[in-house]
Amino acid sequence: MFSQYTTEELYNIFLMQCFSGLSLFSVLLLMGLGLALIFGQMGVINMAHGEFMALGAYTVYFCSSMTEQYAPSLGPYYFVFAIGIAFAICALVGALVEFLMIRHLYHRPLDTLLATWGLSLIMQQTYRSLFGAREVTPTLPDWLMGSFNIKEGLDIPINGVFVLCLALAVTLVLMVFMYKSKFGLRLRATVQNRKMSGAVGINTGKVDRLAFSLGCGIAGIAGAAFTTIGSTGPDSGSRYIVDAFLVVVFGGAANLLGSVASAFGIAQAQSILEFFLDGTKGKVATLLVIVIALMFRPQGLFPSKVRGH
Amino acid sequence: MLSVQNLSVSYGQSNVIPDMSFSAAAGEILGIVGRNGMGKSTLFRALIGMLPSRGGRILLKDREITRDAPHQRVGHGVAFVPQGRMIFPYLTVYENLISGVRGKVSEEAVNEIYALFPVLRDMKKRKGGNLSGGQQQQLAIGRALMTNPSVLLLDEPTEGIQPSIIKDISRSLREIRDMKNLTIVVSEQVLSFVLDTCDSIKVIDRGRLIREDRRADVDAEQIKAMLAV
Ligand SMILES: Nc1ncnc2c1ncn2[C@@H]1O[C@H](COP(=O)(O)OP(=O)(O)OP(=O)(O)O)[C@@H](O)[C@H]1O
Ligand SMILES: [Mg+2]
Repeated sequence: MFSQYTTEELYNIFLMQCFSGLSLFSVLLLMGLGLALIFGQMGVINMAHGEFMALGAYTVYFCSSMTEQYAPSLGPYYFVFAIGIAFAICALVGALVEFLMIRHLYHRPLDTLLATWGLSLIMQQTYRSLFGAREVTPTLPDWLMGSFNIKEGLDIPINGVFVLCLALAVTLVLMVFMYKSKFGLRLRATVQNRKMSGAVGINTGKVDRLAFSLGCGIAGIAGAAFTTIGSTGPDSGSRYIVDAFLVVVFGGAANLLGSVASAFGIAQAQSILEFFLDGTKGKVATLLVIVIALMFRPQGLFPSKVRGH
Repeated sequence: MLSVQNLSVSYGQSNVIPDMSFSAAAGEILGIVGRNGMGKSTLFRALIGMLPSRGGRILLKDREITRDAPHQRVGHGVAFVPQGRMIFPYLTVYENLISGVRGKVSEEAVNEIYALFPVLRDMKKRKGGNLSGGQQQQLAIGRALMTNPSVLLLDEPTEGIQPSIIKDISRSLREIRDMKNLTIVVSEQVLSFVLDTCDSIKVIDRGRLIREDRRADVDAEQIKAMLAV
């Protein structure tokens, strides 16, 4: 089946698929973190999470066009700012969505599911009207293009490495935020016992809004990262949402480390299997592995343990 | 300090507390005793706001808090130690203590709690869920005190706790009251604890207060008979 390749070539292809897996890993990780944050905090399955990712990607595209038009000299730097702007815009829209919609649908999981699904359609249509049905690509600064040539026949793309560092940095910051900040403490308390959190003095409604907003903001960063590996269309988000859900289910919603490991596993499995099998078969094989793994560890990879719980 | 007027509380159709009125003065420790299922926890949940009141008013000093959300009531000076303690199991002892504090955490206040319950200092880095029942009870009281309340509500603090620790808790509560002129409302089934701790005692039966005594003139035998099933 692989007779047209030498062993050497196969080995290089394997390594390069690993690295393209790392880009996918980064996007999935960021998506999964946001989803898990929102689901863990409020029990809300955000079907529009992919569209928030697309919003982040479109924001980068918008920043890119603006820079080209009005301040071409900023070209090499705009991308870094665009990531921040994508985060801010998605977080803002997320807070608005929580305020206008989600908080009224509390305790009605099916309704939030439908509502966020409806929202995802509205957002897709909005992208179509604003940016057209065609896929768009922001102009990436030169320093992100090109690749490290490790050796003959083995190139590691710089943007992949950049995106990976970005995802890991966001994970790290989120972890510090969750475990060191006052907001993180309130968030963890609310997740563990919502009623009691109110009764000790935590404004759980406010914690919810911040959590939803933060989750959406991280989806925005995922979108910014996504622009380096693919072009953005109105339905780009919906293509990643299933994988992102898999990350959450597999990793266990309450555990950041679980999300990292499961995003890694899923992305690597997919990108390696995709080459050696083909797209759909790769996905099916990945799914199969996850289903089998979940049979043995129904609470995900890293369930937490405390006496009496 | 705390005044309840014609309070009525229901779960759906079932009206567990039809019409209840009482008040507790600043610095008073009020005991509410009653058998299982008589509405003690229901009363406390309504007081802190976890359950909505169907009718009546709850006043703290002169401020009406009947419609406030739980976290707002805490902000106004009510604190709650629930039945079963409800410690956050995955937060450390220290994190549990500061979980409800608004603004900057005063380490002085934390140390005050540690002085009151030294075992909490030794275990401050442990997860709340790994503490024993008695330790969790002390943590729950400490957590409530951290928000600097003027009224402290305790729902069956002695449930499942050994006699020596019950004595400790009783002593701590009186100590706190003396220190801060705190109003304490505590529900109980264990009469000896109530007699040790409280300044006055009310008996609750099917959601109604059917008897009130100052501690000095409590007839322990009569109340015991009322608590017997
Ligand atoms: N969530 C609920 N829904 C419906 N009825 C309830 C609910 N919680 C309690 N009740 C009922 O309300 C009544 C009072 O219950 P409550 O828990 O207040 O009693 P209690 O005095 O605290 O008892 P215990 O000493 O066992 O804690 C009981 O008849 C109980 O069955
Ligand atoms: Mg009770």
